[in-house]
Amino acid sequence: MSAANGRTPDPILLGVRHHGPGSARAVRRALSAYQPDVVLIEGPPEADPLVPLAGDEDMRAPVALLAYPAAGDPRKQAAFWPFAEFSPEWQALRWAAAHEVPVKFVDLPAAVHLAAEDAPRRESGVRSDPVGALATAAGYDDPERWWEDVVEHRFDRPGAADELAAALGPFLAIGEAMAEVRAHTPAPPEAERVEEERREAAMRVGLRTALRGYDRVAVVCGAWHVPALTAPLSTAAADAAVLRGLPKVKVAMTWVPWTHARLATGQGYGAGVRSPGWYHHLFVTLQDPVPRWLVRAAAVLRRDGVPVSSAHVIEAARLADALATMRGRPLPGLVEVTDAALAVLCEGDPLRLELIQRRLVVGERLGRVPQRTPGVPIARDVAAAQRRLRLPPQPLPREMDLDLRREIDLERSRLLHRLGVLGVNWGMALAHRRGRGTFWESWRLAWQPEFAVDLVAASAYGTTVRDAATARVAEQAAAAASLAEVTALVERCLLAELPEGLPTVLRALDERMALDHDVAHLMDALPALARTLRYGDVRRTDLPALRHVTDGLITRIWAGLPAAVGGLDDAAAAGMRDRIDAVHAAVALLDQPDLTARWHDTLAALSTRDDVHGLLAGRLNRLMLDVGLLDVEAARGRMSLILTTGVPVARAAAWIEGFLTGDGLLLVHDERLLRLVDGWLTGIPPEAFVEALPLLRRTFSEYPAPQRRQIGERAVRLGSSDDGRPAGAEQPDIDDERADLVVPTVRALLGRRV
Amino acid sequence: LTIDRTESPMVQRRHAEDEYAHELATLAVGDDRIRPPGWKLSPAAVVTYLLGGQAADGTPVTPKYIGSRRLIEVAVATLATDRALLLLGVPGTAKTWVSEHLAAAISGDSTLLVQGTAGTPEEAIRYGWNYARLLADGPSAAALVESPVLRAMSEGRIARVEELTRLPSDVQDSLITVLSERTLPIPELGGEVQARKGFNLIATANDRDRGVNELSSALRRRFNTVVLPVPAGMEEEVDIVTRRVVELGRALELPEVPPAVDEIRRVVTVFRELRNGLTEDGRTKLKSPSGTLSTAEAISVVTNGLALATHFGDGKLRAVDVAAGIVGSVVRDPVSDQVVWREYLETVVRERDGWRDFYRAAREA
Repeated sequence: MSAANGRTPDPILLGVRHHGPGSARAVRRALSAYQPDVVLIEGPPEADPLVPLAGDEDMRAPVALLAYPAAGDPRKQAAFWPFAEFSPEWQALRWAAAHEVPVKFVDLPAAVHLAAEDAPRRESGVRSDPVGALATAAGYDDPERWWEDVVEHRFDRPGAADELAAALGPFLAIGEAMAEVRAHTPAPPEAERVEEERREAAMRVGLRTALRGYDRVAVVCGAWHVPALTAPLSTAAADAAVLRGLPKVKVAMTWVPWTHARLATGQGYGAGVRSPGWYHHLFVTLQDPVPRWLVRAAAVLRRDGVPVSSAHVIEAARLADALATMRGRPLPGLVEVTDAALAVLCEGDPLRLELIQRRLVVGERLGRVPQRTPGVPIARDVAAAQRRLRLPPQPLPREMDLDLRREIDLERSRLLHRLGVLGVNWGMALAHRRGRGTFWESWRLAWQPEFAVDLVAASAYGTTVRDAATARVAEQAAAAASLAEVTALVERCLLAELPEGLPTVLRALDERMALDHDVAHLMDALPALARTLRYGDVRRTDLPALRHVTDGLITRIWAGLPAAVGGLDDAAAAGMRDRIDAVHAAVALLDQPDLTARWHDTLAALSTRDDVHGLLAGRLNRLMLDVGLLDVEAARGRMSLILTTGVPVARAAAWIEGFLTGDGLLLVHDERLLRLVDGWLTGIPPEAFVEALPLLRRTFSEYPAPQRRQIGERAVRLGSSDDGRPAGAEQPDIDDERADLVVPTVRALLGRRV
Repeated sequence: LTIDRTESPMVQRRHAEDEYAHELATLAVGDDRIRPPGWKLSPAAVVTYLLGGQAADGTPVTPKYIGSRRLIEVAVATLATDRALLLLGVPGTAKTWVSEHLAAAISGDSTLLVQGTAGTPEEAIRYGWNYARLLADGPSAAALVESPVLRAMSEGRIARVEELTRLPSDVQDSLITVLSERTLPIPELGGEVQARKGFNLIATANDRDRGVNELSSALRRRFNTVVLPVPAGMEEEVDIVTRRVVELGRALELPEVPPAVDEIRRVVTVFRELRNGLTEDGRTKLKSPSGTLSTAEAISVVTNGLALATHFGDGKLRAVDVAAGIVGSVVRDPVSDQVVWREYLETVVRERDGWRDFYRAAREA
């Protein structure tokens, strides 16, 4: 042993549970007791230059080390090593920074990590959380409570003579336990085994280097790796052989802010920590963690307007204790506390518990990194795009028109839309300028310094604007509350051209539309989808998924429409008329026989209902006439039924408006229809005519002038054939001689021969 | 007319403590853990009695409640901490069932019951008087008519209040003194009844029709609340329905019908999918109707279908027999539920393999 040789003492090996507050406390204590000359921490060696930043006073956990390829394929995955306040690695970093002790990261370099063909592999099962596995085996479902009960309480004898021995006791025990666990755990799949072998070889290389330069070495690593670093170490030559010739890429590293929520979803060290908020609480609260936790839970509920008294907190604490006793545990853990909070503080309401889960168990902590932290890859991507597209960031607002037929303008538009998705509102879309085609877009651009911060926040979503926007859209789709929001996202996906994001958004759309009870929303969503489906204006769009969603949408529309068209007022009916028109057009555009047939059935069923607003009923009949579901004869029959005295004038006028709006040729060509309308019009009593006039004017004024003239001429001829003929048949007595006297005057007035 | 508690084979339904007397007795014999004062069993044994398992001597204990262990543990721990227990849940989630079995296991007596209705008087919670005695002798202990709650207090047992939210508010509030002071003053006799150890109260309430008589916050905070959910898994619910259908069929003395598991599975599937708003394969989201679609309703649809099949059909449970029952359970509101049901039929049932017969039957129903 080296210590026996009098050269250097053995290093102390602090095997920890990643993100375990118990381990974090124990590490701090051990470091204070041992006062090492150097601290080695499991992590990528490229991060060594970033260590001083960890001690910066502007640095707040949770933060993460981010490694990304410095050049080359930007679509390559970035890797993160997140740290929370309660992470043992973070505590070791902070301790070293405060005591000006150098820190070295020991592990496989990120360069090797990112060069691997597939996504970075993560340890699985017992390897990722061996301490948790021990706790589970001991019947604990909260590994931290196990650590406290079994590890800390056993070794923490008050007044222990030798503080160092007491502080290192748990780590010796963990190291021994791990040797047992490793001996009895079946070998992992080959790829994972090789990865582990390489990582541990790299750790040993780092350890040997440190032992050459320093006397007192402390190593903070996952408990699993302790036996691999325990003396006697394998030979340096063997480790070098394992590591020789591994492919590498050039990487850059930086610190990025992290959140508790992101810790909970699981990336990086270990798997996701499901309860970072609880761990943080356990770490910072030394006395009475359970009552203090319940007090905080009560505060969360009160902040949301739920009245919770101190008596509630007392009862919840009692229940948690009783539950722990009944389940045979020395102290309540998160499970007991949660059960008690639900039964007492939340009065059984799962929504309130959800609040506690989100705000407290997971938590909303957001980390912060100092100003002088190196830049993030997405910011570089934006800068590169700005150079390429000749779109320099300028703080003064300026307006810009983009012609989307030009490739460079199209790319500019995409960049602006994508940044908009990421919350970087560099460009603001202006309303279309009049008289221009749909291929024009107008923007107002203004670059603000705060965008740099927004880009850092966006960097958690991806390393390029495109990837980040795709991930962000997917997240928004999952969080969207209403159908309208998701529909807007579909639109944004198409505008920003994020084909990879579209499937997620479509899935969200599928879910939201199933839950949306307002058929109007469904109808609003259809046209844009139908257009995309028909013209395929997006490259690589997942057409089958889109078709599935569209079919579902149409099915739901026709199932819900019958209930939605009854009892509408004028304004609602007008809105619904436009929607029915839009859906009708969309169904025609899709041109699928079965869809069309079912849509037509729906129209037919609705068209004869009496409780449907006149405007809609008229419109439905017109649509049916146009597609040939109704022949002219039947349409005439229906119109004559409406235009009888039994129907209120207002309804009849609305019906006429619905039936005739848009295209007047029908009246030009079908004289009998015109006659019906004409007869009804002239038969309206004067007071009702005033009421009907605005509707009629609205209907007819929309026709193009030539059509109006033609209808007018036809109407005159109706008059001549209807009223003129009988007038000719029964000639009143005319005194020809006296009539002849006025003829010249009339001729002069009309300017023509009579 | 005789009113007594003697057992007769002719009673329609036996109390839990009689029906399962054997299980309770064996559990008590082998129960060496600490019992709270006044309890017949330790909390752990009570949990075993409810969820099923084995007594110390290996006698099997049937499960009374099929569902989450954590819920039952919270319920029992609540009663062990001297807090009253409020069981909440939509109709048909076995609230009454659980409360009856908890009372039977803890006090050996599930009969101290107050049924909450709009007309329940305060006497049902406190005490009343035997007026003939009162007039003859004046106020005396002999003239007092104890309520079930008062009896539970003086004997140290569990009292049960069913449908707590249906009680008028003033009657509800008479429970506050009982639960906080654990005493009931009787000014007429110049004394009080103090609860003996072992006394506690289990109330059930339906959280669907809120606002019937919402509990005052003073009363509410005397209770720990446990919400009984609808069954979590498909297999669990099929299991519950099948068990209960067989038990009920025996009680109704329907001829033995082969258990049509496929049809039961279909009923449970429809109920679950509409209740959860999600198809069982997790692919399609659905709207949920206004009704609760509880397991109890599924049980009655199947029982009803069995009766139809037995008396009017060929004795085999078919789609036609259950379709009408299902439609009746789903479509409670003729407008909005009709939309939900049509959408479900057209988007889910129509395209599902082997459901053709059910689609036709449901469209006709």
